[in-house]
Amino acid sequence: MQTILFILQKEFLQIFRNKTMLPIIVLVPFIQLIILVNAATLEMKRINMEVVDNDMSSSSRKLVDRFRASPFFSITRTTFSIKEAEKDLLEGRTGFVLHIMPGFEEKLGKESKASVQLLVDAVNGMTASLTNAYAQSVISDYNSDMVKARGGNAFISIMPKTIDIESSYWYNPQLNFKYYMVPGILVILVSMIGAFLTALNIVREKETGTIEQINVTPIRKYHFIIGKLIPFWIIALFELAFGLFLGRILFGMPVVGSLGLLFLFASVYLLVVLGLGLLLSTMAQSQQQVMFLSFFFLITFILMSGIFTPAESMPAWGQKANLLNPFAYFMRVIRMILLKGSGFKDIAGDLISITIFAAITLGMAIWRYRKAA
Amino acid sequence: MNNLAGFIKKEFIHILRDPRTLIILFGLPVVQILIFGFVIRNEIQDVKIAILDYSKDDVTREITNKILSSGFFVLSENLTENNDIEEIFREGKIREVVIFESQFARKLEREGKASVQVLADASDPNSASLVVNYTRGIIFDYLKKASKEAAQPLKINAEVRMMYNPGLKSAFMFVPGTMALILMLVSAMMTSISIAREKETGTMEVLLVSPLRPIHIIVGKVTPYILLSCINAVVIIALGYFVFGLPVKGSLVLLLAETVLFISLALSLGILISTMASNQQVAMFLSVFVLMLPTILLSGFIFPIENMPKILQWVTFIVPPRYFIEILRSIMLKGTGFFNIWQQTTVLIGMTLFFIILSAVKFKTRLE
Amino acid sequence: MNSAGKIIEVKDMVKKFGQFVANDHLTFDVYRGEIFGFLGANGAGKTTAIKILCGLSLPTSGEIKVAGYDVYTGREQIKTRIGYMSQKFSLYEDLTVKENIRYYAGIYGLPRREINIKTKTLLERLNICNIANTLVREIPLGWKQKLAFSVAVFHDPELVFLDEPTGGVDPIARRQFWELIYEATGHGITVFVTTHYMDEAEYCHRVSIMSEGKISALDTPENLKKQYHANDINEVFVKIARNN
Repeated sequence: MQTILFILQKEFLQIFRNKTMLPIIVLVPFIQLIILVNAATLEMKRINMEVVDNDMSSSSRKLVDRFRASPFFSITRTTFSIKEAEKDLLEGRTGFVLHIMPGFEEKLGKESKASVQLLVDAVNGMTASLTNAYAQSVISDYNSDMVKARGGNAFISIMPKTIDIESSYWYNPQLNFKYYMVPGILVILVSMIGAFLTALNIVREKETGTIEQINVTPIRKYHFIIGKLIPFWIIALFELAFGLFLGRILFGMPVVGSLGLLFLFASVYLLVVLGLGLLLSTMAQSQQQVMFLSFFFLITFILMSGIFTPAESMPAWGQKANLLNPFAYFMRVIRMILLKGSGFKDIAGDLISITIFAAITLGMAIWRYRKAA
Repeated sequence: MNNLAGFIKKEFIHILRDPRTLIILFGLPVVQILIFGFVIRNEIQDVKIAILDYSKDDVTREITNKILSSGFFVLSENLTENNDIEEIFREGKIREVVIFESQFARKLEREGKASVQVLADASDPNSASLVVNYTRGIIFDYLKKASKEAAQPLKINAEVRMMYNPGLKSAFMFVPGTMALILMLVSAMMTSISIAREKETGTMEVLLVSPLRPIHIIVGKVTPYILLSCINAVVIIALGYFVFGLPVKGSLVLLLAETVLFISLALSLGILISTMASNQQVAMFLSVFVLMLPTILLSGFIFPIENMPKILQWVTFIVPPRYFIEILRSIMLKGTGFFNIWQQTTVLIGMTLFFIILSAVKFKTRLE
Repeated sequence: MNSAGKIIEVKDMVKKFGQFVANDHLTFDVYRGEIFGFLGANGAGKTTAIKILCGLSLPTSGEIKVAGYDVYTGREQIKTRIGYMSQKFSLYEDLTVKENIRYYAGIYGLPRREINIKTKTLLERLNICNIANTLVREIPLGWKQKLAFSVAVFHDPELVFLDEPTGGVDPIARRQFWELIYEATGHGITVFVTTHYMDEAEYCHRVSIMSEGKISALDTPENLKKQYHANDINEVFVKIARNN
């Protein structure tokens, strides 16, 4: 036990003496939160659209006004030539074209039925389907308002049945994408800090040869590993707190659930991450190899964790593979706790899984770590 | 010239001998393309929902059936009261609850009006709005078919054309971006680290005093990576084509020419970084922060540039992959010719020249 | 001296890395209290042997006992009895002199009080109290070397392994360093030292000369010189190399 204290004392001395370490610990959360949250946004607001109104009637103008009033669209150009608009679409100057063909109002009056054309740049399938969804809802709102407006007169006798659909968005009524991203970024932050720092620290001892000096001492393997892990465990937990604080100040991140529960889960999760860092360091001989190996693993883990897109949308094999992805667990749990206020009962299953993970990775790391040259 | 050939051969052997580097070089592109293509999806499919039906009549049952047979939704649970909703959302098992008011069918029949509540878990805002929109669509569809066609006044039908990617496949979007990322990784990052390593171990000095001219050293260092990058580019295009059905609508020759242009740009960036970095670690950090992160975040690879704050949009103008990705998408998906992408091409050529001149200046001052 | 008993017994030690044989059937004993020199050119297999004796790596075959324990089964017990100083000195450059001593002593399980007392006497003996709180990266190489040695024997081991301890140090510092080694033997510590400086061999009680993984000669410096009709060990070494 006393041995661990000596190791802790030495590790902390080194960390606080390292001139590049402290800036990393303080600046990385700032940069990640400010740049990533702003850059990594799939939030669809003010989609650039062009309007080709070849009807120029009051109905078509009203429809266009609907789009103009919608917070989701911003009309950047109005033209009469569909060719022009298609060219803009081709060259990427706009993502969406509303084309109202001649005779729109006339048809609407006579046949009660008319068509408009929506041209969506679908290179990005995600934004394309959202654009389409928003456009459809603008049009259908316009539609039902017109029905209501006419409902007052002669049409009343054949007034059709209607179903009122009242939709409400729980936990994030404004559909603020940042509330979705901040927890995701926090997961990346603590995982990268935890895994990288642990792996680099031990490989650096390998490179300078001090690990050999430790290996000829009678120190117990688990003493050494515990002594190595605790400092980074504390730092990563501190980073989580600091990141949450920044998220709260910069983006007004809501914290609905219990912070205690979040930190309980995080502290177990971090054992997995640190264990992975340790495993990586046993596989690598130089800092460069560690960087490449972690780059490879982290990118795969992060992309599959459901940071940008719901993990439920993945094909079945992807979801199965995700059972082995610790990032996915924390990604889900942190969002549940922060946004929905999920309690202990709700995350108990995940907590058990992640505890098993921790036992396995730490066990493997201790087993793989050889007190040998 | 013989010297040079021998030198290039030595460089090749160096790269091919290190299995870890090889994994990065060839494993990463394949893994990334597969992950992006198969896993990163925003498609609504088998979303778990709960139904709270206070009415339990024929109409609500029929609407429920329609929702569940659409392929978009699967029923996770039938709720019996409002109080259960909060709990089931918190457990995180479902993403939407559909609530039918009591006496739904009667109200619809007598008053011509009934109401449905759709509650979505918006902790993931994008899928929440998609889920709600799909549900609305299904209910409207039911209504349209239930009422007689004649009784449907004023229907505006929106014909949607999903241009360039009718199947809305995410691979169409990610393959060009991944190509830019991988080329950056292989050409710029690997070159800069490899040259920095020679500097660090002192072998660069040996090379500099050898009869090889500096230009030969650079050519020798760079040639293997040009070849590897070209192989990678072709592998990525082929994977896109055969696995995801990603077309190359435009000219393949133009596509390859632009790719070679981008590889040269990445290599000149790599050389520039190596002239600035004194050791591998600096080269690595510079590569990660100057090359990789902007390529992932600020190039329009995953995140649409239009959605970013204005300041970040300005920053993207100096991120080379931004232009390359635009070019790739234009040629592959939209089938445009050189005429539509000459601007982006000019910018890339300009940047390449700039980086080459800058690194030549840096290299010279270091020697003197 | 021979009567004090064997502290290292090596019989037919072989270590192979794939096809390459780094140690080819080494057989030798080291007696308690002596300074045993392990000489040889770079790449002769000295470091490989020392790593096996320290319990850092396992031999391919052979019977080896260190401080009474078998290197196959008793590696952790061996580690409690020995000290080790590598050619890299293995001090933490970003820790001070005192912090380095405290850390390594702590790992050997010495209680904090004892560490404090012993650190004080050590600093006084080496006459380096003034740099006790200086970072190791800022002190001269010669002092680092003395410090590394003192750290290696701080926990009073029975046996200390020194792997090329004098590399890159000037002759005066080397001379002072050997005085430290003698002082340690005075306290009953056995010293096993590898070096490729042949003049240092004269300081040893017995030396073995290795080349290409084999021991070519093993005796006291005087006997070796007589046997090879040489004026110094360097000449002995050159003659052995020529015979091969």
